[in-house]
Amino acid sequence: MANEVCFRTLHLDTPWSIDAYESVGGYSSLKKIAAGELCYDTIIDELKLSALRGRGGAGFPTGLKWSFMPRNMPGQKYVVCNSDEGEPGTFKDRDILRYNPHQLIEGMIIAGYVMNATVGYNYMRGEFYEPFARMEAAIAEAKERNYLGDNILGMDFNFELHNHLGAGAYICGEETALIESIEGKKGQPRFKPPFPANYGVFGRPTNVNNTESYASVPAILQHGGQWFLKLGKPNNGGTKIFSVSGHVNNPGNFEINMGTPFKDLLELAGGVLGGKQLKAVIPGGSSSPVLPADIMMDLTMDYDSIGKAGSMLGSGAVMVLDENTCMVEVAAITAHFYYEESCGQCSPCREGTGWMSRVIHRILKGDGRAEDLDNLDRVAGNIMGRTICALGDAAAMPVQGFLKHFRHEFEYMIEHKRSMVKG
Amino acid sequence: MGKVHIEIDGQKLEAEVGSMIIEVADKADIYIPRFCYHKKLSVAANCRMCMVDVANLPKAVPACATPVAEGMVIDTRSQKAINAQKAVMEFLLINHPLDCPVCDQGGECELQDLSVGYGDDVSRFTEGKRVVKDKDIGPLIATDMTRCIHCTRCVRFGQEIVGIREFGATGRGEHMEIGTYIEETVESEVSANIIDLCPVGALTAKPSQFKARAWELRQAPSIAAHDCLGSNIFVHHRRGEIIRVVPRENESINEVWLSDRDRFSYQGLTEGARLLNPRIKRNGEWEDCDWQTALNLVASEMKRIIGASNGNDFGILMGNNATTEESYLAQRMLRKAGSNNIDFRTRRRDYTGDGRGSVRSGMNFPMENLDTMDATLLIGADLRHEQPLTALRVRKSTGYGKAMAINPFDGEYNFRLSNELQPKSNMLAQEFACVLAAADALRPESLNAEAKEWLDGIEFNDEHKEIAQNLIDGEASCILMGVYVQEHPQAETINWLAETLASVTDSDWGYMTQGCNAAGNKIAGAVPCQSAAGGKSEQGKTAKEMLTEGLKGYMLVNCEPDVESIWAEQALQNLKDAEFVVALTSFADGRVPDYANVMLPIAGCYETSGTYINVEGKWQSFAAAVKAPGEARPGWKVLRVLANLLDLSGFEYESSLQVINELREKFDAVGDVRVARKVPPPMMVVNEQETNRECLGLYMVDPLVRRAGALQKTPKASTHPISISRVKTR
Amino acid sequence: MTDFNYDQTLHLKNLLSPDAIAEIDGWIKKYPPERKRPPIIAALKVVQEHNGNYLTEELMQAVAEYLDVPHIAVYEVATFYSMFHLNEVGKHVISVCNNISCSLRGADKVIEHLQNRLNIKVGETTDDGVYTIKTVECMAACGGAPMLEVDKVYHENLTEEKIDQILSDIAAVELNSKEMSNVEAKD
Repeated sequence: MANEVCFRTLHLDTPWSIDAYESVGGYSSLKKIAAGELCYDTIIDELKLSALRGRGGAGFPTGLKWSFMPRNMPGQKYVVCNSDEGEPGTFKDRDILRYNPHQLIEGMIIAGYVMNATVGYNYMRGEFYEPFARMEAAIAEAKERNYLGDNILGMDFNFELHNHLGAGAYICGEETALIESIEGKKGQPRFKPPFPANYGVFGRPTNVNNTESYASVPAILQHGGQWFLKLGKPNNGGTKIFSVSGHVNNPGNFEINMGTPFKDLLELAGGVLGGKQLKAVIPGGSSSPVLPADIMMDLTMDYDSIGKAGSMLGSGAVMVLDENTCMVEVAAITAHFYYEESCGQCSPCREGTGWMSRVIHRILKGDGRAEDLDNLDRVAGNIMGRTICALGDAAAMPVQGFLKHFRHEFEYMIEHKRSMVKG
Repeated sequence: MGKVHIEIDGQKLEAEVGSMIIEVADKADIYIPRFCYHKKLSVAANCRMCMVDVANLPKAVPACATPVAEGMVIDTRSQKAINAQKAVMEFLLINHPLDCPVCDQGGECELQDLSVGYGDDVSRFTEGKRVVKDKDIGPLIATDMTRCIHCTRCVRFGQEIVGIREFGATGRGEHMEIGTYIEETVESEVSANIIDLCPVGALTAKPSQFKARAWELRQAPSIAAHDCLGSNIFVHHRRGEIIRVVPRENESINEVWLSDRDRFSYQGLTEGARLLNPRIKRNGEWEDCDWQTALNLVASEMKRIIGASNGNDFGILMGNNATTEESYLAQRMLRKAGSNNIDFRTRRRDYTGDGRGSVRSGMNFPMENLDTMDATLLIGADLRHEQPLTALRVRKSTGYGKAMAINPFDGEYNFRLSNELQPKSNMLAQEFACVLAAADALRPESLNAEAKEWLDGIEFNDEHKEIAQNLIDGEASCILMGVYVQEHPQAETINWLAETLASVTDSDWGYMTQGCNAAGNKIAGAVPCQSAAGGKSEQGKTAKEMLTEGLKGYMLVNCEPDVESIWAEQALQNLKDAEFVVALTSFADGRVPDYANVMLPIAGCYETSGTYINVEGKWQSFAAAVKAPGEARPGWKVLRVLANLLDLSGFEYESSLQVINELREKFDAVGDVRVARKVPPPMMVVNEQETNRECLGLYMVDPLVRRAGALQKTPKASTHPISISRVKTR
Repeated sequence: MTDFNYDQTLHLKNLLSPDAIAEIDGWIKKYPPERKRPPIIAALKVVQEHNGNYLTEELMQAVAEYLDVPHIAVYEVATFYSMFHLNEVGKHVISVCNNISCSLRGADKVIEHLQNRLNIKVGETTDDGVYTIKTVECMAACGGAPMLEVDKVYHENLTEEKIDQILSDIAAVELNSKEMSNVEAKD
């Protein structure tokens, strides 16, 4: 079964409309809350039971995160959705926003109810013009039916939801950078602690979740945590949207059960493009270390399995590389990306990403030297774990991954000044 | 606050809950390398240099951002810590130009120092280095941003300490640049503190650029001479030539900061034309002469004029930088010679409070307390341009407290005001009285009948009431009057209002004074109404009388009334018309040579020993940092010899220390003489023309500052901070 | 932090249409009133759009004054986010993704074709000021790689024919607007 959670309206005409959403049980969880059938404790319990883990990439248990919010603390609190979707290879949130905006809205309203927060911000990346328009229209619809606004469904509960747009910065996908960006500043991550649950937007308690995480909540509450958990596997509950791109015949988003074998996912995506051999897969967005085909073909798609293989499920962005892919080139693109996107705050990341990118591009130009590879590995190691946010690690891990599994391609290029695969 | 027990490098330490590892280490003198951390700034944790090894944590953590916890065991020198520190050092150096031989910071550079310990001798970075184009940000600060390591201390200083964001970090990643983005002169009056904050040679002092290497300099502790705080400084000189002035930490006065005025005024010592010999004007021409000749002439002229007028027609005016010793000797000499005409208050209109209030002028509470006021009410106070560092303290308090102002001008504030009233310049006392009336209504049991009668009929509105209420509500609150008030024709009424309002609202109160030594001058007795330590004196002539009514003879001690005084034009005419003017001065330029008959070269700031007493009443003595040029002598010595030539007894001092000790003994014997202020006469509306429309500009306050080249090139030099256009007259 | 020497003729209201001001005001309302900085990003985007896709120092200062924030706060934002252009660009900025997925699916060919068709290199603007080609990082449409964005629209699964169609559509729009302005001039 596919498309049971976030994409459950996808088979309908105008799947983004409020009627389409209501026809699959949309807003029924909110109605249950209004009817007093769901309270704070049961919501948290169901979420914990469901084993829903953060879909943005970090995989932190959502129920636990929600329980950290000081709901009884007086003063404003905020619910923030991270729709900044910028991890290369990831394109699932855009489709949730475009095709099922109401499910996100309902998820955020429920979060607001649970956290006693009356204001939410949905932070979308700056280029999301089409999703922005859909979201604006959906918010208007939801207001009309009193799902948003004052005294929602007769409850003593108000919730206002604003769409916020970024302006082009990958780092804003990091939750504290995103908070800074909402505050109208550069997206420079904050040192943690304090965590957003204590000190978030405008210095107030704030819960930040990924689009897919929020959007999963209404379905979980509608069908129960147990239902969701059983869709996946223990500790890796539910379904997950996998964004498959690169060398496949049928790229796209696939909302499937957690723990589905990779080879099944590859099959869903039509197999390797042009019937070529699979060379490697970047399994969880560009910051996850590349895994060679033989390892990948034995894995199932869930946090634990990919993690054990030395990579990450991340955001579920699966980039498929065929036999003709030059790994030095892919490494160069990746390194350049992090060099471009480093916010510049921490010395190791600011200086190290540029260093790595320059060395790999020099190798690509045919000016590589024998000592470059050890040096690259060393520089990556020196960035790891020494920065405020995870971008430093995200830049370092893939470089080390490429060197670990495909060092011979780099060595070949240094020696022969040309690609081993492309000639 | 509770305590936790931790261990750093084997040392068992007790630490406050919530403090960061680096703070605890600093207190215990365990050095952890750092670039971005600074105890006065927020924690940025961006340089990553201060990584230390905490037992049971998988990765090294930044000591600046990791709070201590009970039982924490920290190793700052373990392999894990050293590896992290070395890695960061390598990253910081790859794009640093390593142009230390031509860098002003060389020899005192934090990056250079640490790279000796943590850097490698061979660079593994073979790519091209980053180059950043420099921007001209004005005459005080030289920039070389290619050297910048992006610690953002300068940015945070502007944002947090000053409250004026001129610097920022633009661009991102490796392209991030620190600066003003567009070429703009930095305007803040405390801007140059970023020179001290910058750990590398990206921001250096422009006036001393390429003048000396750090290791050639000797440092002498001294006291800054341009506002009533008496900021603590070090004078750095090379073989007697002053190269620069930097702050000397004193938490209770200037913390670690210095105003630009205090930092760069030293330039006046060499940029003004120095008077190197005693000079006598003969037939309209100046002639150099020896000290004996000049002093004999001065003594005989003084005797002649004082003798002929029974003391009435000779007077002494002390300048804004005069030391307490100079003032003490000058008044003692004059009074013994038979005159009481001595004053330093060339900008005072209202003398009705003379002999009243406290003898040591200024604040009745420690300046540090400004940091933590719940409510601060400013009256006629333009702190940023009068005592720049005081504004930083009030700003600190506004983090949780309220600041309010009744200023008859468009003040420039670096903090948010909760209440602001802007009366016309001649209605300041009236507006202020409304607040007292409101306070009386809120606390009717406080005032005596006489005061209540005085307030009778004064109406107040909600805003006045709110101000009064804020003062009452504040656990710590104060009323602070600025220099503007002391120049106001109703100064004494306003002083009384402040003191009375303070008592009704349980607040502290104080007034800021012009120059660096108003308190010292007053205690020394350089006023016509009191002798030393508040001693009795027959009433002499006030500065206003001396300058507007004219005298036959004047002595000016480091004073240029033709510039400094409120009655500059009249003063100039009267000085020209006088029979005899002797100027004890450091400078041979300006208009003094036009009207003086004798000019005696005295040592300038940093060239003489002395004592300044600050607005809180702190006595701060200093030795000469460098020798005065030519024949110039310390003012106290000149006055002492002159007293001998006047045949006065008791002037056998051999050091300035003896002079100040004598005054100190007198002062300690009587303590702070306090005479209660009287309820002022019924409120009158003064003529608008007679109120102050203008205060001395930031860089106009004394002869030294007026000659300091770089300061005079800043935007703040060209406009008086409170100019006619900004004073409210309508 | 308003600079009292600020020239009022440079007020944002004198530089933008009432509609654009209303749009900015709409963004301001989304955030707590005591917070001045949150609308900076949105305001800069509105201003950029109304100024032919790029920002000037003058406009950034006008935004700072309008929102009552320090100038540097606006410069910081404008130089941090990649969607802001600080130099003159074409009326239609063609943003081509060349990150991993698009590169795997032929982004370099897309760029090459655009460069040939428009006779400019990446980062350049055509002489008539109509087109700029820019490479950008991943725009979250990897399933439709290779892709580009122009005039707020994503174009996915690009082929040479599709690119030609996009270019001719823009050309038609340009031609229309030229004719419109000719007509207006005649009125």
